[in-house]
Amino acid sequence: MGHVVVDVMLKSEILDPQGQAVAGALPRLGFEQFTDVRQGKRFVLEVEGDVTEAHLAAARDAAGKLLSNPVIEDVVSVHDLADEDAR
Amino acid sequence: MKIGVITFPGSLDDHDAKRAVRLAGGDPVDLWHGDADLKGVDAVVVPGGFSYGDYLRCGAIARFAPVMEKLVPAAQGGMPVLGICNGFQILCESHLLPGALIRNEQQKFFCTDQVLRVENASTAWTNDFEQGAEITIALKNGEGCFVADAKTLDELEGEGRVVFRYLHGNPNGSYRDIAGVTNERGNVVGLMPHPEHCVEEGFGPSTDGLAFFTSAIKALANV
Repeated sequence: MGHVVVDVMLKSEILDPQGQAVAGALPRLGFEQFTDVRQGKRFVLEVEGDVTEAHLAAARDAAGKLLSNPVIEDVVSVHDLADEDAR
Repeated sequence: MKIGVITFPGSLDDHDAKRAVRLAGGDPVDLWHGDADLKGVDAVVVPGGFSYGDYLRCGAIARFAPVMEKLVPAAQGGMPVLGICNGFQILCESHLLPGALIRNEQQKFFCTDQVLRVENASTAWTNDFEQGAEITIALKNGEGCFVADAKTLDELEGEGRVVFRYLHGNPNGSYRDIAGVTNERGNVVGLMPHPEHCVEEGFGPSTDGLAFFTSAIKALANV
């Protein structure tokens, strides 16, 4: 079976309290080099067989309708998980 | 006047909303998320709670409930619809209202008696208030930070569609202290604080919530 990955991030102009909390915690652990943190969401959608272009198109549709709220979020990537593994 | 109150899995304040409708002189009607049926009601309250566990985003899954297939066109057609807390989040996710609600700026669930200013006393749910009135009703949420892009916020301000603003401090980081908004027609109103908890002496900080429901009954009587 294949897996389609959908990555969703809050738009840059939208406050990200969760990211801010993480950004606040990092320096306490000695990670001083990270000046900001934005937290996003990753969905992994399973399909039968290999991921096809039709699967990706359907995932893009689902990403716009349900997985993200276009008022506050951007769908930054819809791709085949196998392409990540190949990297 | 028949005012429906929708129950989703995870709704908490549906019974208080029905009680508020009754105390205001209306007839509350149970509506069920799984039934694409508004049962002939004249108005609808989408109550607070944690519909579908608030998974994904608050209100995101409730938006696609069968009852919403009927509610969205009815609201677009002018039926008075009030979204309280989770109900506000659902109406935003349904695009009946602009903007979105995200996690409180301070990352904490916050519960208080909140002072609000009524910025628009001409909507279906606020016409029984004086313009500019200061009211105190319960506020309780973890994801009540109202956000929208600057253009949308300017439009809302310019068109008088900011219905309530937080006074004496912003409890959740909402842009421009916005506590509640309305659609262009003024029939759909959403807010984070809970008028349905403030309708009877001895329960809650005031009875300021009652006017929401008497407003809707008046608005319906004048149609």
